[in-house]
Amino acid sequence: MNTATTHDAHHEEHQGGLLRWVFTTNHKDIGTLYLLFALLMFIVGGAMAMIIRAELFQPGLQFVDPQFFNSMTTMHALVMIFGAVMPAFVGLANWLIPMMIGAPDMALPRMNNWSFWILPFAFTMLLSTLFMEGGGPAGGWTLYPPLVLQTGNAFPFVIFSIHLMGISSIMGAINVIVTIVNMRAPGMTLMKMPLFVWTWLITAYLLIAVMPVLAGAVTMLLTDRFFDTSFFNAAGGGDPVMFQHIFWFFGHPEVYILILPAFGIVSQIIPTFARKPLFGYSSMVYATASIAFLSFIVWAHHMFTVGMPLAGELFFMYATMLIAVPTGVKVFNWVSTMWKGAMTFETPMLFAVGFVVMFTIGGFSGLMLAIAPVDFQYHDTYFVVAHFHYVLVTGAVFAIMGATYYWLPKWTGHMYDERLGKLHFWLSAIFVNILFFPQHFLGLAGMPRRIPDYSIQFTEFNQISSIGGFAFGLTQLLFVYIVIKTIRGGARATDRVWEGAHGLEWTLPSPPPYHSFQTAPEIK
Amino acid sequence: MWVEKAKRVLTALAGAASMLGGTTASAEYGLNLHRGVTPISHEAYDLHMLIFWVCVAIGVVVFGAMFISIIRHRKSRGHQPAQFHESTTVEIIWTTIPFLILVGMAIPATKALVAMEDTRNSDLSIKVTGYQWKWGYDYIDSGVSFISSLATPRDQIENTAEKGEHYLLEVDKPLVVPVNKKVRLLITSNDVIHAWWVPQLGMKKDAIPGFVNEMWFRIDTEGTYRGQCAELCGKDHGFMPIVVVAKNEQDYNQWLAAQKAASDADAAAAGRDWSKAELMARGEKVYKANCAACHQAGGTGVPGAFPALKGSAVATGPKADHLKLVMNGRPGTAMAAFGGQLNDIEIAAVVTYERNAWGNDTGDMVQPSEVKAAR
Ligand SMILES: [Cu+2]
Repeated sequence: MNTATTHDAHHEEHQGGLLRWVFTTNHKDIGTLYLLFALLMFIVGGAMAMIIRAELFQPGLQFVDPQFFNSMTTMHALVMIFGAVMPAFVGLANWLIPMMIGAPDMALPRMNNWSFWILPFAFTMLLSTLFMEGGGPAGGWTLYPPLVLQTGNAFPFVIFSIHLMGISSIMGAINVIVTIVNMRAPGMTLMKMPLFVWTWLITAYLLIAVMPVLAGAVTMLLTDRFFDTSFFNAAGGGDPVMFQHIFWFFGHPEVYILILPAFGIVSQIIPTFARKPLFGYSSMVYATASIAFLSFIVWAHHMFTVGMPLAGELFFMYATMLIAVPTGVKVFNWVSTMWKGAMTFETPMLFAVGFVVMFTIGGFSGLMLAIAPVDFQYHDTYFVVAHFHYVLVTGAVFAIMGATYYWLPKWTGHMYDERLGKLHFWLSAIFVNILFFPQHFLGLAGMPRRIPDYSIQFTEFNQISSIGGFAFGLTQLLFVYIVIKTIRGGARATDRVWEGAHGLEWTLPSPPPYHSFQTAPEIK
Repeated sequence: MWVEKAKRVLTALAGAASMLGGTTASAEYGLNLHRGVTPISHEAYDLHMLIFWVCVAIGVVVFGAMFISIIRHRKSRGHQPAQFHESTTVEIIWTTIPFLILVGMAIPATKALVAMEDTRNSDLSIKVTGYQWKWGYDYIDSGVSFISSLATPRDQIENTAEKGEHYLLEVDKPLVVPVNKKVRLLITSNDVIHAWWVPQLGMKKDAIPGFVNEMWFRIDTEGTYRGQCAELCGKDHGFMPIVVVAKNEQDYNQWLAAQKAASDADAAAAGRDWSKAELMARGEKVYKANCAACHQAGGTGVPGAFPALKGSAVATGPKADHLKLVMNGRPGTAMAAFGGQLNDIEIAAVVTYERNAWGNDTGDMVQPSEVKAAR
């Protein structure tokens, strides 16, 4: 608290108690709200995953009926993508971008407040559909018609909650762009920005480009259901595949929305603990931009089996394979940054290294999936499930956890318990592989995704996967404990926190003052 | 029992370990893609292995460098950090080499894709229709058509009976095809999107309502090949398997002739009046295969999702309305139009059954001739 005494004048502005959080326009408060909300949704979505893994522990129907199982897979995806991973990245952006570019706060603080407070309403509505007549949405998070049109009373509520999430994301993205473009400290040119800021700038543009596309697609579903339009109804002259094209035009950039900020985080952490500058800063920026560009022209690789013309299949296969080039550049850069450094392996570094290894495994399976003639075999199997969990869990989620350990001492002024942090990493890394690696085998052996019951040949690997799943789930309670413990107390953190840390956020006290930089720092 | 299970899990793990170690792949536990029984599946398998080994090679280099660095370049070993960064030459090298590797993979992939999409000059065409949750097959050239649905008994699924060898991968009437013939499938759907997939045949294609997709295969070995619907299609997506039986030409022709004879017999029987006992017996069978998944064997339905038939307004109300609903379905719901799926006898039987089972006791009978008139 003593560090904040110079800012007494501003302390009068914020209210005490709960109302402080409801009315706050402060980037740190809102960042905290986003991160806590994401943690809560991570637990909710995780609980759904536990139900899925419990049902799949043995062949036969044990715990839930197939309709409820389908609504669990659907909700698990919606909650984890829109409720956990995206808000976590927005929370990190809120906390870090002003501190990294030398600004006092985000550019549009009132909108910032609004974009967060929409989320609890959106997700209360989404989750409440589980208790409605006909159950929650059960047609998959991709909402393909005509199946999704068979949803019961939940249908309009699901669509409206997706609209709300979209509005929230777009406002968050606008705020990020305006802040980065207008509020950088003098001397901080674009090519001097930390990579986390760069990746978020590009992510924000992706969000603005594709969230309206999703909103349009789900609105067309709504009018097909209630106002007798036939956008996606073949009997009325529409085309159900058209929805898939529109959805994946949103969906593929969305994949990069979920991973680009993670690239940024890892590019901050590795140089710190290697005590060596990032090998190729500008090539990392260009690689991020090329990935973002390519993400707009590869969408149909999610739909190789819908019966596209050969020319279309070839185009989307080549374009998708091309993404491996800039992604490879990133991985090579991280490895070269580590090469001949003086590395130490505190928890954030462990998560970053774990990210590089396991994200690369997800990248390899991604490359395999890009090959259309073999994708006909992989498509809609557990091989795909394994692939996207490697990039989303050991990719995005590991990066978010690494970021939490990395910046938590800065945010709270307390060091986390290093021994527990390392334990959390090692348990997570081991169990997550027991959970997801066997799913590659299941998919190759022919197990389709989204089934509540399976033929007996798949029993063993499902059991291994479920055991890994339960253990991974339990391990995350340790993460919650460590975070709460650190917020409440612990050894004092220094301002720089990490010996090798560079960047403006480390020049501020730990914890930083309420308004980050009152006078803009000078960048040489 | 638990010991037995633990043993199987351990063997599976050992199998996985040995595959990672680069020795033999365990066929029993299915660690790898099937090589399959068609030229297409062989190509897919070869490409899969090629890309797999390319990834392994890249992985060895990248992870190798990384682990050497992790072991040697530690602060705790007194390693001093170098400060090198930014090298355009290096960046160009590690952009170009992966690009060339990708070109090398794109060439065989393109060849395979072109072959897979070539459905010309087929010997036999079969129309495949996806229904929630079963498959319909029409042999276009010979007029034979039938519905193929899950044959696994309900009590195995509910864990009250021992599961059979082909649990969930067995059907009442398999798709029968001749070996060494180019079979072209015309795939469509009657309700939501499904996907027709038998791993051993090397291809999967979506079944989309209002559109017809094509795929082909030429099976080189006689045998039975099993697969499943691969696109989420609602409640019983996991319970609509596909079984393909490949027979030699002679056996195939025999089978086809028998099918034709059976459907001719049905057509003849549709002309006469059926007794109530006959209709009820046939109706129960039809109900179990087509209706029980949603409306339940006892006609109780699932509250909030699928309406009950027991004592319902439809099943105890006017006969003509009931018949119309079964034939035309209810658009926008999972209730399909059975007029196109079932023949006159089957519809007559199932409506009679629904109006008299579970205490509905309306005493009504529907004759096949009435169904014919209602079409
Ligand atoms: Cu299906």
